[in-house]
Amino acid sequence: MIAGSALYQTAVELNRRAAICIPEDARLAVGQLCQRETHSLSRYVLEQIMENYQVAVAEQRPMCADTGLPRFYAKVGNEAVVEGGMVGLEEAVRRATAEATAAIPIRPNRVHPLSRKDQNNNVGVHAPTVDYSFEPGVNWLELTVVHKGGLFGGDYRMLFPADGVAGLKRFLLDSISEFFRRGMSCQPLVVGVGIGGTKDVCVRLAKEAACLRIVGDRNPDPDIATLEEELLELGNSTGFGVMGLPGDGAILDVHIEIAYTHTGGMPIAIQHFCFAHRRATARIGADNSIEYRGNPCWFTPFYRRESISFQPA
Amino acid sequence: MNNLEDLKLREVRLRAPLTEDDIRSLEIGDVVFLDGVLFTGREGLYSQLFDLNLQPPVDIRSLSNVTFHCSPAVNELRPGEYHIPAVSATASFRFDKYIPLLFERYDVRVIIGKGGMQKEIYQSTFRKYGAVYLTTVGYGLGALYGRGIRSVKDVHWKEELGLAQAMWVLEVENLGPFLVECNAQGRSLFEMANAEINQRFEKLYAGLPQPKLKRLGEVTSPTCEVL
Repeated sequence: MIAGSALYQTAVELNRRAAICIPEDARLAVGQLCQRETHSLSRYVLEQIMENYQVAVAEQRPMCADTGLPRFYAKVGNEAVVEGGMVGLEEAVRRATAEATAAIPIRPNRVHPLSRKDQNNNVGVHAPTVDYSFEPGVNWLELTVVHKGGLFGGDYRMLFPADGVAGLKRFLLDSISEFFRRGMSCQPLVVGVGIGGTKDVCVRLAKEAACLRIVGDRNPDPDIATLEEELLELGNSTGFGVMGLPGDGAILDVHIEIAYTHTGGMPIAIQHFCFAHRRATARIGADNSIEYRGNPCWFTPFYRRESISFQPA
Repeated sequence: MNNLEDLKLREVRLRAPLTEDDIRSLEIGDVVFLDGVLFTGREGLYSQLFDLNLQPPVDIRSLSNVTFHCSPAVNELRPGEYHIPAVSATASFRFDKYIPLLFERYDVRVIIGKGGMQKEIYQSTFRKYGAVYLTTVGYGLGALYGRGIRSVKDVHWKEELGLAQAMWVLEVENLGPFLVECNAQGRSLFEMANAEINQRFEKLYAGLPQPKLKRLGEVTSPTCEVL
């Protein structure tokens, strides 16, 4: 059985790692962008970003003081048994969030939306959220924490079937125009695109595509993978570098996820995951062993299944 | 000078509060590092000062003429003793209505923040008072900026506003880098960047459809800013 104490300790440590340690995929991608950049001002900014990654780890400082909104993703094995059940898990991650807020420290960002009351611990109504997915035939539980800002860099549009890929391209360019100027989205970043589903599902998929897939990962559907590469090229040919300054591109990767949708519509959402790419994942075994993992592997064949029953490949 | 590639990225180290000569010497694209004293503020502080018209708990003029739109990551080691390992700016454009009051009543002349402000306020207010806007770089360089925080001198309105919105008075050492985004003449780095990029950016829209379903109140040209 997965113990509540293992969940709690892992969740505290995941918050620390997410806040301080840049994931390897993002660090390499920003480093490559920096080397390729031919505009001196954009390159200067990228060099400072690389130095910030290094200082954060060396001096154990949060890489960005804006904690964003800490949230959790739990992939629960179908055979996993969790002490206290999912209620126990939710209490463990709430307790861990409050503890990490004071101990790391991370900024207590979460307030009541109307009264602006701040409990100074990043905990409150629907805070932090836990999103769940399941994995057949295993007894482990994987927990991922993401700290992501949220004021800028996301948008939604209801497109229609006739708009097709051209409409999607326009939406990408519009979102770049909106949020790349002045660097409001904290570029360089990963673009997550959610297509289809309902309004809320496409926004959720865009967020997960941006935050829970590593740079360089391609959608297993070859048509979608081609579209990812096409949008990456388009998005990096705008003339925008980092901070809205002239440059050779500020998109590290484009990840697209789809969901079956209404026959008359093509809802679409875009989310930007900034260069302070705060994400950390661990797998907790049934024996309470803890393994920290660089790749959240959130989008599994089961999660993307198309048929009624799931047949593993 | 119209091309950003011609900017020199001249490094300048100044002591806060800044003198009028310091401020007037700053050019677009200068890279600034600060020593001395500054205070933080954002919507919570401005609401106390300008919406509720409360007297500030400290004589702001005697502190510094430099303010930072940010909230720190902070831990309280013992009651009243704080450590700030990281600090990152917050977007300044939404505080525009308070800036004339901040300059007029409290003699602030240097704003540090994220992303600069609207060109209208640069022309109407920054030029008038001879003030400058310094943008943080990146922006999430919390660790680099955290290094420049030498000590917390004081914190005001912590109970009323919470840790993130309180007014922190900070002693800083070599805090930076900041880029001069708006100089005392009201010229703007981001305005120059937009002008340079728009020529190329607009061409990518050739052949792409307008959305069929419009939304009320949106800007409609891709070369406009949304703020």
